[in-house]
Amino acid sequence: MTDLVAARLQMAISLGFHIVFACIGMTMPALMAFSEWRWLKTGKQVYLDITKAWSKGVAIFFAVGAVSGTVLSFELGLLWPEFMKYAGAVIGMPFSWEGTAFFVEAIALGIFLYGWNRLNKWMHWLSGVLVMASGILSGIFVVSANAWMNSPAGFDWVNGHAINIDPVKAMFNDAWLSEAIHMTLAAFVSTAFAVAGVHAFLLLKNRSKLFHQQAVKTALIFGSVAALLQPVSGDFSAKDVAKRQPAKLAALEALYKTSKPADLVIGGLPNDKEQRVNYAIHIPKGLSFLAKGDPDAEVQGLDKIPKQDRPPVIITHIAFQLMVMIGFFLAFVSLLYLLFSIKWRHVLMKKWWLGLVAFATPLGFLAVEAGWTVTETGRQPWIIYGIMRTRDAVSSMPGLRYSFLVVTIVYLFLSVIIFWLMRRQINTIHEFYPTAKSE
Amino acid sequence: MLILIVIILGASFILYALLGGADFGAGIVESFAGKREEITISRAIAPVWEANHVWLILAVVILFTGFPLVYASLSWVLHIPLMMVLLGIIMRGTAFTFRHYDVHQGRLHKYYSFLFRISSFITPVFLGMILGAMILGRISLGRSQGFYDLFIAPWLNWFCLTMGVFTACLFAYLASVFLVGETNIERERIKYAKFSKLSMIATMILGLVVFIIAEAEGHSLTGRFLHSTPSIIMLIIAALLCPMIWHFLNKEKNKTIYLRLGTGIQVAAIILGWFYIQFPVLIEVKNSAELTFYNTQAPAATLEQLFIALIIGLLLVIPGFVVLFRIFKIKKE
Ligand code: HDD
Ligand code: HEM
Ligand code: HEM
Repeated sequence: MTDLVAARLQMAISLGFHIVFACIGMTMPALMAFSEWRWLKTGKQVYLDITKAWSKGVAIFFAVGAVSGTVLSFELGLLWPEFMKYAGAVIGMPFSWEGTAFFVEAIALGIFLYGWNRLNKWMHWLSGVLVMASGILSGIFVVSANAWMNSPAGFDWVNGHAINIDPVKAMFNDAWLSEAIHMTLAAFVSTAFAVAGVHAFLLLKNRSKLFHQQAVKTALIFGSVAALLQPVSGDFSAKDVAKRQPAKLAALEALYKTSKPADLVIGGLPNDKEQRVNYAIHIPKGLSFLAKGDPDAEVQGLDKIPKQDRPPVIITHIAFQLMVMIGFFLAFVSLLYLLFSIKWRHVLMKKWWLGLVAFATPLGFLAVEAGWTVTETGRQPWIIYGIMRTRDAVSSMPGLRYSFLVVTIVYLFLSVIIFWLMRRQINTIHEFYPTAKSE
Repeated sequence: MLILIVIILGASFILYALLGGADFGAGIVESFAGKREEITISRAIAPVWEANHVWLILAVVILFTGFPLVYASLSWVLHIPLMMVLLGIIMRGTAFTFRHYDVHQGRLHKYYSFLFRISSFITPVFLGMILGAMILGRISLGRSQGFYDLFIAPWLNWFCLTMGVFTACLFAYLASVFLVGETNIERERIKYAKFSKLSMIATMILGLVVFIIAEAEGHSLTGRFLHSTPSIIMLIIAALLCPMIWHFLNKEKNKTIYLRLGTGIQVAAIILGWFYIQFPVLIEVKNSAELTFYNTQAPAATLEQLFIALIIGLLLVIPGFVVLFRIFKIKKE
């Protein structure tokens, strides 16, 4: 393994680990605040119990999120010092604002988790809302830094140096809006479906109806709205990519040859050698329409891109297919949910429906990981698109593979422990909360 | 503009040393204490450790936005000790949280505690070593040297090691004094007071050793210290506070506020004194010009945006902290 590959893998693992906690950190405060608000309004014990049960788990996730985020802010320099030397001054602005948002979040969270008996009820609720707002904002700020790597703006690159830096332009680059919307929705989709899935699973095991029923309901209200909006926002993202990163679009669609009109290729296994996609379904003119809004438009393929500037096709294409498949599946489940809760409420307690929701537990997170693989691998071989190559940015310290090894082992170990701890917490819910007792 | 940003950077560093340092120190104290103390310590740091920790992130963000060259150079040359700091941070944060939130206090408890205590040593020691490496002047930014000279020699030496141990000891002192005010049990209070005195003496001795070793390693720390009037004043302040703190530690009714304020000022004074010896240098470089705040600063437009974000941030954060500490640290009494 070369040091470059090791560094890329270490970055991918650290970010892939952190993003799970980041999504939870953006979404759970909203779910908890909503549930607490219902308790304040109705006075029903079950809503309070749900909020408290969730907040116990969230405390663990938050701590791991904070720790893994701290690791990331060092890793940017440890692995990519040549990148940070120039990028630091340009994209420092979203990071500075992110720092501010973290602060507010960490403080409000301390108050929310430990202030149950020390604050006025509505003040307590307000601290939860503050956690949510700052969590979402901090997510948007970091994503804007990532968007800058995909769509660099706000500086002139002269002789290998960034001059005329405009941090505001850099932050509000061409990609930030589509990425921010898509990512915020993704956080809600993934976390809400995971939460709903776990409680649906417990309902299947017939543990206390009321508690888990209400929990599924709260989670799905958020999840279904977000999941229905997600394909719309994904379409917006794809059109955006077509404009600013034709190489990425060609890779994620596995479009080897420039075509006019271009087919939409669904599924299949790209074959780099023969420059074709095997076993795929083709929809005539589909890609031209989706990417350009015109069924007869020309779409640029990989053949128009110099060999040394092409992103890897197989990984990008498969990850994209996975994300889109999950996206449509979850949107379909959401549609069913809204339909059932308006017209056929009794279906919501049927075994097959609960089974379906339980099946969806990991899917949202899978889509998040796949989506980031598309964005980040599709940007290769550039670290700053069109400006700096990833291999020129990597640290020249030999032996990066050892730090990759250490980080991987630590994160694997942590994942196992967290999984196990959560199982234990979930299995003891009914001991602590009266409304969660089995009927 | 630059000076204001340097002040905020310095302030967040000092606050991390005070608040985060007391957290790490608590882990060190716990290693020498018993079961009963463990409960007090957990209760004292659980609500605030995450917020305390953000000061480190703030310092890092200011560094890579405002002084990108310093951030990039440090993380290139000091990759290994920085990785150790990170490992310590990961292990500590997760072990503490798992221990605190696990629903069953079963047999895993002692493994969590073990990891928590070990990592409470690792991070401060390596942080101190990194600070030592920044001023010792063995860092070189050229690429011609071998692996050992570039990536190991700058930080693996007696001077940096002593700096590391000194930092850990300072944090333990901070934590013990802080904990004196955290308990209502007399026996426990006396124990913390004893720890406070021991670690105060140890810190003073180690501080002296740092100077001696610096001379032995050929670094004229003493000479530079004697040339910096502010540093001398800072050291005198820190020294003069010792008898007062000692006096209050002996009292049966400890004056918690005075104790905490006194140690806080002491630690801040030590860091400031250190800073004045260095200023404006951030990294002493072997055989070439050092990296200073001036020759590594980001362009004016970036500094301006950074400053705005920081000011708005501080306007939000300071009242937030006041509320947080009032709720958890004052209401109890
Ligand atoms: C729950 C998660 C989830 C779901 C269901 C979807 N996505 Fe997605 N997608 C993401 C989660 C995600 C993500 C992880 O959040 C990404 C990575 C970077 C970003 O901005 O969002 C992403 C990136 C991403 C990109 C690349 C954007 C870029 O590089 O700037 C495109 C073109 C799409 N998505 C398109 C879609 C389409 C057409 C979907 C149809 C249903 C879809 N996504 C569902
Ligand atoms: C798209 C990617 C990312 C998103 C959406 C995101 C979002 C978040 C959120 C919401 C938190 C709050 C804490 C929690 O939920 O546990 C968090 C924590 C953190 N993140 Fe990320 N993050 C991302 C990537 C990064 C990157 C690349 C960095 C580093 C440069 C980073 C640095 C941090 C830090 C330092 C924390 C800890 C803050 C604290 O103590 O509260 N994040 N992140
Ligand atoms: C948390 C969500 C994110 C995930 C899951 C993610 C995922 C990945 C992956 C899979 C890679 C490896 C790509 C490859 O080598 O093929 C990567 C690289 C990288 N990402 Fe991201 N990314 C995220 C957000 C961010 C953000 C917000 C930043 C902003 C600073 C960022 C900065 C980088 C850098 C510097 C690299 C290494 C250079 C490169 O491979 O181009 N990432 N990321």
